[in-house]
Amino acid sequence: MAVISETIPGTRNSLTRLWNNQQARSVIIQILTVAIVFALLALILRNVVNNLEAIGKEFSFKFLMYPAAYDITFSPFIEYTSRSTHLRAAVVGILNTLLVAVCGIVLATVMGFLMGILRLSKNWLINRLVYCFLEFTRNVPVLLHILFIHGIIVTQLRPPRQAMNFADSFFLSNRGFFIPQPVWEPIAWIIAVVFIVSVTFVFFFRRWAKKVQDETGRVYPVFWISAGVIVGATAVAFIATGMPLSWSIPELRGFNFKGGLAIKPEFIALWLALSYYTSCFIAEIVRAGILAVSYGQTEAAAALGLTRNRTLQLIVIPQAIRVIIPPLASQYLNLTKNSSLAIAIGYMDVVATVGGITLMQTGKEMETMIIVLLTYLVISMVISGFMNWFNKKTALVER
Amino acid sequence: MIEKLKPEPAIQSSKDASKIIIEITGMHKWFGAFHVLKNINLKVSTGERIVICGPSGSGKSTLIRCINRLEEHQEGKIVVDDVELTGDLKNIEIIRSEVGIVFQQFNLFPHLTVLENCSLAPIWVRNMAKAEAEDLALKYLERVQIPEQAKKYPGQLSGGQQQRVAIARSLCMNPKIMLFDEPTSALDPEMIKEVLDVMVELAETGVTMLVVTHEMGFATAVADRVIFMDEGEIIEQKPPNEFFQNPEHDRTKLFLSQILAH
Amino acid sequence: MAEATETYKVGQHPDLPPPRSEVGVIGWVKYNLLSTPFNVIMTLLAIWFLWSIIPPIFEWAVLDSVWTAESRKACWAKMEVPEGAACWAFIKDRIGLFIYGFYPADLRWRVNLSFVLMVLAIVSVLYENMPGRKFGLWYAVAFPFITGWLLVGGLGLTHVDTDQFGGIMLTFIIGITGISFSLPIGILLALGRRSKLPVIRVLCVLIIEFIRGVPLIALLFIASTMLNYFLPPGTAFDLLLRVLIMVTVFSSAYIAEVIRGGLQGIPNGQYEAADSLGLTYTKAHLLIILPQALKISIPGIVNTFIGLYKDTTLVLIIGMLDPLGVGRASLADAVWAGLAREVYIFVAVFFFICCFSMSRYSLWLEKRLSTEN
Repeated sequence: MAVISETIPGTRNSLTRLWNNQQARSVIIQILTVAIVFALLALILRNVVNNLEAIGKEFSFKFLMYPAAYDITFSPFIEYTSRSTHLRAAVVGILNTLLVAVCGIVLATVMGFLMGILRLSKNWLINRLVYCFLEFTRNVPVLLHILFIHGIIVTQLRPPRQAMNFADSFFLSNRGFFIPQPVWEPIAWIIAVVFIVSVTFVFFFRRWAKKVQDETGRVYPVFWISAGVIVGATAVAFIATGMPLSWSIPELRGFNFKGGLAIKPEFIALWLALSYYTSCFIAEIVRAGILAVSYGQTEAAAALGLTRNRTLQLIVIPQAIRVIIPPLASQYLNLTKNSSLAIAIGYMDVVATVGGITLMQTGKEMETMIIVLLTYLVISMVISGFMNWFNKKTALVER
Repeated sequence: MIEKLKPEPAIQSSKDASKIIIEITGMHKWFGAFHVLKNINLKVSTGERIVICGPSGSGKSTLIRCINRLEEHQEGKIVVDDVELTGDLKNIEIIRSEVGIVFQQFNLFPHLTVLENCSLAPIWVRNMAKAEAEDLALKYLERVQIPEQAKKYPGQLSGGQQQRVAIARSLCMNPKIMLFDEPTSALDPEMIKEVLDVMVELAETGVTMLVVTHEMGFATAVADRVIFMDEGEIIEQKPPNEFFQNPEHDRTKLFLSQILAH
Repeated sequence: MAEATETYKVGQHPDLPPPRSEVGVIGWVKYNLLSTPFNVIMTLLAIWFLWSIIPPIFEWAVLDSVWTAESRKACWAKMEVPEGAACWAFIKDRIGLFIYGFYPADLRWRVNLSFVLMVLAIVSVLYENMPGRKFGLWYAVAFPFITGWLLVGGLGLTHVDTDQFGGIMLTFIIGITGISFSLPIGILLALGRRSKLPVIRVLCVLIIEFIRGVPLIALLFIASTMLNYFLPPGTAFDLLLRVLIMVTVFSSAYIAEVIRGGLQGIPNGQYEAADSLGLTYTKAHLLIILPQALKISIPGIVNTFIGLYKDTTLVLIIGMLDPLGVGRASLADAVWAGLAREVYIFVAVFFFICCFSMSRYSLWLEKRLSTEN
C-alpha cells in the first residue's frame, strides 16, 4: 500500500475509489504481484551470490569440460571412459534416462493394454487375478519394487559360473542377462533395403486399397497382406543373400561372460519395475477408456450388421483412444520422472551421473541441478505438447 | 382423440396372404432369475405395421431387441426371414443387416459426421463404393428432411434431428424390417412431431415395422395391429380401432384409461 | 416347462424359475468361466497358476515360518530346509526400529501419543456426523503443530534431534505435513490459475507446470544440497524441515490441479448466483464456490495423498530412514543379513494396507458423490 500512495498522489478517498474500480484494481494487483515476485527473486539471487562468495565458489559451467574421472559401466550408445569430460558423462546420463524411459514406456504400454483388456474379460477368475495383481502392485511404492527386483537379481541369481542357462546362448546371472548379439555381414544392407522398400510398398498399398474401397467397395484384408509382404519380402531377401547373419554368443571366460550382449542387472531391475508398476495404472486407464464408450455404441454398430472386429476398429477404438491418450501421456511422464530412482540401485541415469557423482566431485550443486531439472522439463514439455496437439486434433465437435 | 382418426389402415386380411417374416413361438427370456418374457407367440407378415405398448417394465423393448438378437432368449424359437436365431454369429450378422433398429437414445457415432454415420454400414457391410454409399445416404437424409446437416457431427444437432439421422442410418441398409425402441421418449415435445412425421411417411412405403411407443395417435394412424404387453406377456393384440374402443382385458382397460387420461 | 405354460390363462402367467443351466452355480460357472473355448483355456491356465504359486507361498510365509530366533543362523537352524521359509523373527526383533526409527526408547510414549492424536484428527476430518465437528476441524488444523512440539520437544519437553526420527513415524510425519500444508497452497495456486488477471495466471501456471515437470527426487536433492544457498548466510535449518518444505511444495502443484478440476466442475450458474447476491470475490469463493469444489475434489485429493505417501520412501535416497530405509539398514547388520525378502514383503504389506484402504475410501466417496448428484 505504501508504494501506491507514493506513486499515486491524492487523498485516501481517491485511493479507495481507485481500489473500487475493477480495472484499476486488477492492474494494481498485477503490478504488486510482479513487484513481489521480482523482489523475492532478487533476494534469493543476492543470497546465492553472497553465499557462493562466502565459500569461494563461482557460478560457471566450465567444469563440464574437465575430465570426469569416474566410470560409467553402462553406456550403450556412445563411447565413455573415465578420461571423458563431465559433459560427456552428462550426455551418457541423459541417454540412459531416455533409454530406460523409452523401453519402459513400450513394455508398460504392452502390459497395460493387455491387463486392461483382461480386466474386461467375462472370465471371472482371470478378471480377479489381474485385479489382485493390479491393486497390490500399485499400492506399493515404486522404489520398493525397484529395490526388490534388483535384490532378487543380485542375491537370488547365481554368479556367471552357475548362471541359468537357456539353450547355451541365453544366460541369466547376477551380473546381468547375457544374450546373443546379431552380427551382420556387410551384404546385409540388401536386406535392410528390401525391408524399407516393402514398408514403403505397404504404405502405398494401403492408400491404394483405401482408394479401391472408396471407388468400388471392395475390401482387401489389408492387415494380413501388409504383414505378409513385409515379413515375406524380408525373409526372401534374407535367404537370397545367403543368410548373412551370425550370432555372437556369450561365453564364460574366467569370472564373467564375453561376447554377446550384456544387459546389466540395474537396467533390468529398473526397466521391469517401472514397466509393471506403470502398467497397472495404464491398465485402469485402458479399462476406463473402453468402458467410457457406451454399450449403446457397440449395440448400434452390431445392429447395422458390422462384425465384432469392424465394430472395434471403426467405432470403439477411435472413441476410446481419445479418452485414453491424455492420461496415458501423463503416465508416460510419470514413468520418465520415476526413472530418476535409478540412483537407488546405481543405474547411471542423468540424476546419478550429473546430479550424483559429478555434483560430489565438483561441488557444483547449482549448475548440476539446473542440468538435471532442464532435462526433465524438456521431456515433460515434449510429452505435454504432444498431448495438447492430440487433444485439439481429436476433440469431439459439440454445440 | 380416437374420433380424429385417419381412415382405417390397410385391412388385416390383405396381409394374411403375404409371407410371414417374423415368427416367434413359445419364447421365454430371463434376466438372471427375473422372468422378463413369458411364452411369447407372435407372427408378423411382410409389410405389417405393429405398435407395441404397455407399462414400463413390461418387456416390450426386450421383445423387439430379441428380434435382432441384441438380447438372447433362453427358450422357444425366433425365426426372422426364414433364418432361426441361434448362437451362429454369421446368421446373426445377416439378420442384423436386414433388420434396422432405432434406439431411444439415438446411439449415433459421435466421432463421425452425419454422412459418415449413414454411409458406414453400406461401405463396410454391403461393400459399396464410397460415392455410391454417400449418394444413398444423402437420398435418405433428404427423405428425413435434413440433407443440409450431412457434414455436421451428431453433437451439433438437436435431439429430433439426431433421431431422424438414426432413422436414415438404418434405412441406408435397405432393411426388410424396421424396429423402433421408444424413438420419441427421449425427445422434447416439440421435436416428437418431426420424428413421428418421418415414421408415418416411412410406414406408407410398405416396410415391416415394429414400434414400441406410447404415442397412441401414431398407433391409430398407422398401425395394422396394436399389441398390449404387461408383466412379460402379450395380453391382447387387435387392430387399433378395436383395441381402443373395446379392449377386452381389464389390464388393457386400466392402461388405456391411464395413458389417455392426460 | 414349455408344455406347462400352455395351460396358463392370458395375463396369469406366473414367474417361472429360469432353466437350471442359466442360474445358480451351474449358470454362474457357465457364464463366468466356461463361456467360450478360449475362456475354458484361460480358466484352466488361471487355476494352474494359482495352484502352483499359492501353496508354496503359504508354506513359506505361514506354515513353515519361524517367529522367534536370535539371529538368521538360529532361524534357519529351526527350519526343515534352511532358507526354505520366512524368518519373521527378524522383523519382530526390529519392529521398534521400523516404527520409531532411532527415537529414544524412553521417550517413545510421545510418538505413541502422537499416533493417538493423529487418529483423532483423521476421524474429525473424515467423519461428518461427529458431534462438535466444528471443534474437531479446528483441532485438526492445530494437530500438526501440537504433534510437532510433542515430537521435537522444547517448552518443557526433552529435545529430540530430527535425525533420530525414522520408520513408520517418519512416513506419517512427511505424508501428513505434506498434505495438510499443501492443501491451502494448492487452493491458492488453483484459484490463481483460473484468475482473470494474466500476470497471476501465468505465474501460477509456471509454478505448477515446473513442479509437475520434474521428479521429486530432484527436488529432494535441491533440499539436501542447495536450499541453504537461497537463504541469508548463516541460516541453516535441519534436513527434515527442508524435506518437509520440498514435499509440501511438490504436492501443492498436484493438489492445485485436482482442485482446478473441482472448480471446473462447478456450474457457471453458481458463480452467477454468487455475483448476483453481491458477494465479493473472496466471499463468493469462501462461502459458495470452494466448499462445493473441495467436496468434489476429495477423491482426487485422497489419490494425490496416496501418491505422496508412497513417495515418502524417496527420502531414503538422501539418507533418511523411512521404513524402507530402516529395512535396508537392518539388512546391513551381519546378524540378520540375507533376509531381504522378509523386509521387502513386510514394508510392502505395510504400504499396501495403508494405500489400499485409502483408495477404497476414495472410491466409496466417489460413489457417494455421484449418487448425491
